[in-house]
Amino acid sequence: MKSAADKIEARFVLQRGEFELDVSLSLPATGVIALYGPSGCGKTSLLRAIAGLEQCGNGFFSMRDTVWQDDQTFVLPHLRPFAYVFQETNLFPHLSVKRNLEYGYQRVPKSQRQVDFDEVVTLLGVEPLLARDTALLSGGERQRVAIARALLTSPQLLLMDEPLAALDHQSKLEITPYLERLHEELDIPVFYVSHSADEVARLADQLVLMKAGKVQAFGPIADMLTRVDLPLAHDDDAEAIIEAEVDSHDQAYQLTYLQLVGERFAVPYKDISPGSRVRLRIHARDVSITLARQSDTSILNIVPATVVELCGHGAAQVMVRLNVGHMTILSRITRKSAQALSLAPGKPVYAQVKSVALLT
Amino acid sequence: MLLTEADLAALWVTLKLAGVVTAILLLLGTPLAWWLARSQMRYKFLIEAVVALPLVLPPTVLGFYLLIMLGPHGPVGGLMQMFGGQPLAFTFTGLVIGSVFYSLPFVVQPLQDAFTSVGGRLLETAATLGASPLDRFFTIAVPLAAPGFLTATVLGFAHTVGEFGVVLMIGGNIPGKTQVLSIAIYDHVETLEYGRAHLLSGGLLLMSFLLLVAVYGFNRRIKVAGL
Repeated sequence: MKSAADKIEARFVLQRGEFELDVSLSLPATGVIALYGPSGCGKTSLLRAIAGLEQCGNGFFSMRDTVWQDDQTFVLPHLRPFAYVFQETNLFPHLSVKRNLEYGYQRVPKSQRQVDFDEVVTLLGVEPLLARDTALLSGGERQRVAIARALLTSPQLLLMDEPLAALDHQSKLEITPYLERLHEELDIPVFYVSHSADEVARLADQLVLMKAGKVQAFGPIADMLTRVDLPLAHDDDAEAIIEAEVDSHDQAYQLTYLQLVGERFAVPYKDISPGSRVRLRIHARDVSITLARQSDTSILNIVPATVVELCGHGAAQVMVRLNVGHMTILSRITRKSAQALSLAPGKPVYAQVKSVALLT
Repeated sequence: MLLTEADLAALWVTLKLAGVVTAILLLLGTPLAWWLARSQMRYKFLIEAVVALPLVLPPTVLGFYLLIMLGPHGPVGGLMQMFGGQPLAFTFTGLVIGSVFYSLPFVVQPLQDAFTSVGGRLLETAATLGASPLDRFFTIAVPLAAPGFLTATVLGFAHTVGEFGVVLMIGGNIPGKTQVLSIAIYDHVETLEYGRAHLLSGGLLLMSFLLLVAVYGFNRRIKVAGL
């Protein structure tokens, strides 16, 4: 059990015209916490309330025993130790890239600086841009500068508001590796607002599911994606996230083998050193179920699994929740097949996985 | 053709008046414009209307009320006399006070527009980067509103140089003390000295035109540079 020292507690009630934000959250203060939901569900309002940019009377926010807001206290935004990455980047147009980066960095007392200027510049690959005018940057470059500028304030909490949403496909591809690197190297909690399931699957550790100003559910990403009582598991692109360890590479067939609950999984070759932990995404539609292990099949990836529960998915299909070791995956099959195999909770089966995406 | 001593004195009074008035207006107008641009207060429009009043009011009306206020029997003038001071009517200080009111919208409105166009987003961003309100004002708002400051300065200065009615009402026409160029021109025409009137009028016309060309040219360059 984690103590309050490692927790983020947030409670906000906010009325803006027709819209009402009413949330109460208690999350571990670690990793990437995705705020996920459709446009207008209050993700950004929640982020702004955390930052203190949106004032509300009866709010509460604390992180690791430090209270930023309660009935008596309201720490002004510029005194809160967070950094904010805006969707529109908001680079200062009258300052060069370098001066933009220095703006926040210089406002942190030397004794409290926890990051090295050059290190952050290198991490986000912005050193070739330093002398440039911000007006001459591409969308992806602007966002990298904005992220570097935020990190240079030595934040204890990073708030990111859809940093990829305004970018074209090419810029997204360009910036995603940097975000994944951040995910690995930062040891501060990150709130990441997104309405893209793909981004969330790649980056999030915790997921806060929002709808119409309210929190529908929150918890670890792997649980949230596979909970059949939540809408995510009923999406056409319903998916599960599991972790595995890189085992070896097969140059001849251009495959990378992963170790997963004692089974060997094959994925298209990716240059990752053996022993690394990786994230896998498995779509529910790519998983089929057999009672016995098939041998003469084109499918390479087969794992023993246990049926946890079944849930109707439209008239003809069912969503089956399967336990694979301590992890969970989803399988979407027809109701007819489920009946033919007499699937029921507790039944041991084999999951055949047709396609696996390696996320990191 | 050289300027006479009286014309030179009028020119000096005019430049001194415009300089002092512009400086005062920038000092007072900047916080006022900032407040007008940023405040969410419901009755803000009342203040905006008061600031804009000199745009539509005949200068003589403004001058008349100021004369009443500042004269020996007016509330302000009377108070000054009670404390052993001089009434302000028909003095240079009186001119400055009148001109500050009269030129107020020409300084406040460009500044307010400039501050409004800076917008809240960049200021919020600066706050998230640890800048205090005052810090944000000087490092973000003021540099980004630079074209507005230039416009405000030039309009405030040029408008004060060109005023007539208010000055005549509360300044009188005391050569070397309160006689400004615009009134000197009027006097020359009254006495049929068209040559002298031409010289002063042409000079003012040229100066005003050059100032505006400089402002518009500078602001255009800034826009082209992507600001």
